[in-house]
Amino acid sequence: MRTWESGKMKKKVRVVLSYLGLSVLSLIWIFPIFWVVLASFREERGSYTSYFFPKGYTINNYVRLLTENSQFHFLRWFGNTFLVAVCTCIISTTFVLSVSFVMSRLRFKMRKPMMNIAMILGMFPGFMSMIAVYYILKGIGISQSLLALILVYSGGSGAGFFVAKGFFDTIPKGIEEAAFLEGATKIQVFAKIVLPLSKPIAVYTVLTSFLGPWMDYIFSSVIMGDNYDNYTVALGLSKMLEREFITEYFTQFAAGCVLVSIPIAALFICLQKYYVEGIASGASKG
Amino acid sequence: MKIISSIRKHFSIYPEALLQGDAVTRLSFLVFGAGNFFRGQIVKGVLFLLIEIGFIYYMAIAGIQAFQGFFTLGTVEQGWAYDEKKGIEVMVAGDNSMLMLLYGIVSIIAIACFLVIWRMNLKSAYELQKITAAGGKAPTFRDEINMLSDKKAHITLLFLPVIGICVFTILPLIYMILVAFTNYDSTHQPPGRLFGWVGLQNFVTLLKTDSPLGASFWPILEWTIVWAIIATVTCFFAGIVLALWINSKIVKGKTFWRTMFVFSVAVPQFVSLLVMKTMLQPEGALNVHLRNIGLIEGSLPFLTNATWARATVIVINLWLGAPYTMLISTGILMNIPGELYEAAQIDGANGVTMFRKITFPYIIFVMSPYLITQFIGNVNNFNVIYLLTAGGPSTLDYYQAGKTDLLVTWLYKLTTGSKDYSFASVIGILVFMISAAVSLLTYRKTPSYNNEEGFQ
Repeated sequence: MRTWESGKMKKKVRVVLSYLGLSVLSLIWIFPIFWVVLASFREERGSYTSYFFPKGYTINNYVRLLTENSQFHFLRWFGNTFLVAVCTCIISTTFVLSVSFVMSRLRFKMRKPMMNIAMILGMFPGFMSMIAVYYILKGIGISQSLLALILVYSGGSGAGFFVAKGFFDTIPKGIEEAAFLEGATKIQVFAKIVLPLSKPIAVYTVLTSFLGPWMDYIFSSVIMGDNYDNYTVALGLSKMLEREFITEYFTQFAAGCVLVSIPIAALFICLQKYYVEGIASGASKG
Repeated sequence: MKIISSIRKHFSIYPEALLQGDAVTRLSFLVFGAGNFFRGQIVKGVLFLLIEIGFIYYMAIAGIQAFQGFFTLGTVEQGWAYDEKKGIEVMVAGDNSMLMLLYGIVSIIAIACFLVIWRMNLKSAYELQKITAAGGKAPTFRDEINMLSDKKAHITLLFLPVIGICVFTILPLIYMILVAFTNYDSTHQPPGRLFGWVGLQNFVTLLKTDSPLGASFWPILEWTIVWAIIATVTCFFAGIVLALWINSKIVKGKTFWRTMFVFSVAVPQFVSLLVMKTMLQPEGALNVHLRNIGLIEGSLPFLTNATWARATVIVINLWLGAPYTMLISTGILMNIPGELYEAAQIDGANGVTMFRKITFPYIIFVMSPYLITQFIGNVNNFNVIYLLTAGGPSTLDYYQAGKTDLLVTWLYKLTTGSKDYSFASVIGILVFMISAAVSLLTYRKTPSYNNEEGFQ
């Protein structure tokens, strides 16, 4: 009886400790994010205050961020990034899904060599060749433009087909064979049978390619240089933290961060199921 | 052996077409599309011919010069020359090695494409000859177009993606790989100065410990590998512990807890990293608060002392990366067959034993490819280092690098800062070799690589 009692006690302690631990950890995880949100509503200027909760709250930071365009043109950057992200997303998704279908379903002489080449390309650091890319774009005559950025993000995306191919490999072939017997062409099978079955991987591809331009810092900084009008949000916001601006603009920077993070975080959390499925199917299948 | 026989098969078309071809097929050696044109495939024949004419035109006006330029990389340096008309010295433009290298590569690619199309044309002519000899009829242009949506669907679907990869990945990559064998560094900047081929000299300079570059390379390589191992392992274990913790039977509200952690993945990295960077400054939020509470006297050198900075980037990376592993391993944990645990419980195993004997081996087995990808991802983890410390604290011991710089951030600084493109390229190639070696050792052994069709 007593051992049962103490067992119950022990369990209770474990439950309490579990929740306590999780609470502490999630506080640590949420703290920086919470801090930015607070800073974005802070009335006092400066990159930090010696106290945690602001003395005054205001939405002025947001208003000024969206209306004052003399130094930092946030709305324009946001629009740029959105445009680039949508175009990149459309092109990359088309490329990645077609290449994955071909590699998974069609058999032709160059298939294995092409897969090996793609694997080798993936092992070079992505931005090793950015200077060469910059000069090629300059040669075409479109450097420092949004089109250049779209091409850089989506042009070579076809090589990143491994995750999606892994997913296509798991779709049984029997369904397509019935369609072939009825005289469907391979392109029809791809568009009408395989694609509708690939919702998780399609969402994964759309999500990763859409988020890319919001997160990228390296390529946009090399491509855009000093062309402020065509900056993306990542580049523009990081400019606000430069020494001469940080004290004046930190609260606006925080407001900008919140505005960028809300749609992205919402998108990510809504679609995380697909994201995890995509990664998991790619990870276990290589 | 397999390769040799396939190469032999590939080239066998030339002697075959020459010896067994009729007059029209042989004519195709010189005039592209002749075989197609005289056997009913007029459109295809004309297309082949147009490609040949276009190529010859390109070679005549630019190609040959570009091809030669590839080997010389320029001979005339920009300089001053006396202009008799004006009676003064004027600036005379010299060769631009950078552009000559780029156009040279383009001309070589053009020649390669030309050879491929030459072979296609011969093969097509020879096959048409065989078809007509057997009394068959040549497929019309319309038939061939229709084939693109079925038998040759791969060509249709791959056409644009492959062109994109060639222009935006392969061409720049070839360019940068070749730059590794030139002296395109801070002292040889076109158009003012020329650069030329130097062979393996850059590799030697970088790997020798007595040059300033070599003295930086080895410590940076060491830190890169230490960083990649620690970052991968810490994120992996913390993520799994989190996943197990949230998944344990006694915890309620699993979705809520998971979401709390997922925020750090969902918020764009540049936002969280830039915020962290401001918080961790000597006069940043964290230090000020710690001082106010009275925990510390002076500010802690989170990003300004080499050892502290290294520890800080690892901890921050843990903050960023652990929820990611948690998300992925949650799905895997749910797939572990429950009977295993029941059987173990009957045998009297406790929680720790079950974790050691069932959960852990299972996770390692399923997630080993993921671990490898993470390791390579961390070797290339530009964002965390660059946005947090920018490689700093800087030091005079290293050439153009700081104490937390990884090879890739050093590469970035060498390209955008001091413009030592040649050394940056060498570093890129070495990073590639590390990644390739690690993956070759492991990927090839996974069943998914060797047995693609296993699931179908």
